[in-house]
Amino acid sequence: MSRPELQAPPEFYYGDTEAKKYTQNTRNQQIQADMTYRALELLNLPPEEPAYLLDIGCGSGLSGEILDDEGYIWAGVDIAPSMLEVALEREVEGDLFLQDIGQGFGFRPGSFDGAISISVLQWLLNAETSHPTSSPPHRLTRFFTTLHSALRNPSRAVFQFYPSSDDQIQLITSIAQKAGFGGGIVVDYPNSKKARKVFLCLYVGGGGAVQQQLPKGLEGEEEEDSKARFERRRDRERTKTKGGKRKSIKDKDWILKKKELYRKRGKEGVPRDSKYTARKRKPVF
Amino acid sequence: MVRLITHNLLACHVKDCNTNNFPLEFKDAQIELRETEFNPEFVRGIIPKLEWKALVDTARELGDTTLPLELPEMLDDDFLKNLHHVLLEIHVEDGVMICANCKHVYPISNGIPNMLLAEHEIG
Ligand SMILES: C[S@@+](CC[C@H](N)C(=O)[O-])C[C@H]1O[C@@H](n2cnc3c(N)ncnc32)[C@H](O)[C@@H]1O
Ligand SMILES: [Zn+2]
Repeated sequence: MSRPELQAPPEFYYGDTEAKKYTQNTRNQQIQADMTYRALELLNLPPEEPAYLLDIGCGSGLSGEILDDEGYIWAGVDIAPSMLEVALEREVEGDLFLQDIGQGFGFRPGSFDGAISISVLQWLLNAETSHPTSSPPHRLTRFFTTLHSALRNPSRAVFQFYPSSDDQIQLITSIAQKAGFGGGIVVDYPNSKKARKVFLCLYVGGGGAVQQQLPKGLEGEEEEDSKARFERRRDRERTKTKGGKRKSIKDKDWILKKKELYRKRGKEGVPRDSKYTARKRKPVF
Repeated sequence: MVRLITHNLLACHVKDCNTNNFPLEFKDAQIELRETEFNPEFVRGIIPKLEWKALVDTARELGDTTLPLELPEMLDDDFLKNLHHVLLEIHVEDGVMICANCKHVYPISNGIPNMLLAEHEIG
C-alpha cells in the first residue's frame, strides 16, 4: 500500500470510515500519544506557566486528548470534516476549526505559546487538496509565515512528520527559515527501522532555550515511554523553580473524570452516536 | 465550540484584508454554556494577549455584561472568575462570523467554524 498522502486529498482520504478506523485502532492511539508526549517534551514550555497551544492537523483529537490530560488549553485545525466530527464525539476540550493550513492562518500576532503537529506535514508535500491553489512551496510559505506570526516570542513549534526523502526535509526547513524560524530536525532512534521518528523543531526568537542548540535525538533501539519521561522531566523542572512545591495545573478529579470517560469509550470501541447525548445544557438568556 | 478566548485571537485571513478585519462579528449566534475548571494563573496569563475592548463588546453582544469596559488594575478573584467564564465557558455552537472589512462570512456549524477560503481569497 502506498503512503496515505499519495492516495487522495486529506479530506477525502480521512472520510467517515477511515476517520473512525484511524481513531479506534488502539495501536495507533498509542503511537500518536507517544509522539505527542515527545513533541511536548521538545516544546520545552516553561514549567508552572499555563499555556495556550495550537494543534496543527488535530484530526480526531488523539493528540489533543493528551493536551487535555496535561492541562493545556488549546485550539486545533484540520481540513477533514469527518476527523473533526469524531473529535466532537470524543468531546475533546480544544476549539476546533475546519481549515486548510496551506491557506495560512488568521490568528493575531503572538496568540499561541507553542504549537504541535503530529503526523501532518507530509500532507503539504504530497497529495493536493481539493482546493488546489498552488504548489507545495507556495502552500508551505503561507503556512510557515502565518504560523510564525501567530506564535509568541519566544516559543517553539514541534512537528512530527514522515518525510519520504532528504529533499523534502531540505525544502521544508529552508522555507521555515525564510519565514523567520530557527531550529531544525531532530531524529529519534535514527538507527532503528521501527522506532525512527523525525521531528522538526522550530524556534521563534531563540525558542526560549538558554542555549540555542537543538535538543538531541533519542538513541538506541528500544523505545522508551515518552509519557513517563515527559512527566518526570516536568516534575523535576517544577521542583527546581518552586522549591519542591509540586502543583498540578489541572485539578486531579478533573483529569480522572476525563480519563474515565476515555476508558469507557475505549471499551465500547465506538464513539457515541451524538455529541449531544451527554451534554448538560443550560438556557442562556 | 468557538470560545471567546479563541475568537479574540482570530482575525479575517482573506487576501489583502488587513485593516478593520478584527474582531469577526457574530451573527445568529447560538450559544451554550459549559462549565470548566477555574485556573486563575491561566486567566491572569492570557490577559496581555487580549484585545480588551473587542472582548467586552463581543461578550455583551452575546448577553454577558459582567466585564468592565476598562481592564481593572486590581485583578481580584471575582473579576478573574468572570473573565474565566467569558473566555472559556461561553461556546458559540452555530451561526456565522462576518468580517467587518471584506464581509467574508465564516459559517459555524456544530461549533466548528469553516475557515476555508475560495481560490481568489487566498493570500
Ligand atoms: C495522521 S492524521 C493525524 C491527526 C492527529 N494529529 C493525531 O495525532 O491523531 C493527519 C491529519 O492531518 C490532516 N491534514 C492533512 N492535510 C491538511 C491540511 N492541508 N490542513 C489541515 N489539516 C490537514 C488530516 O485531515 C488528518 O486529520
Ligand atoms: Zn476580511
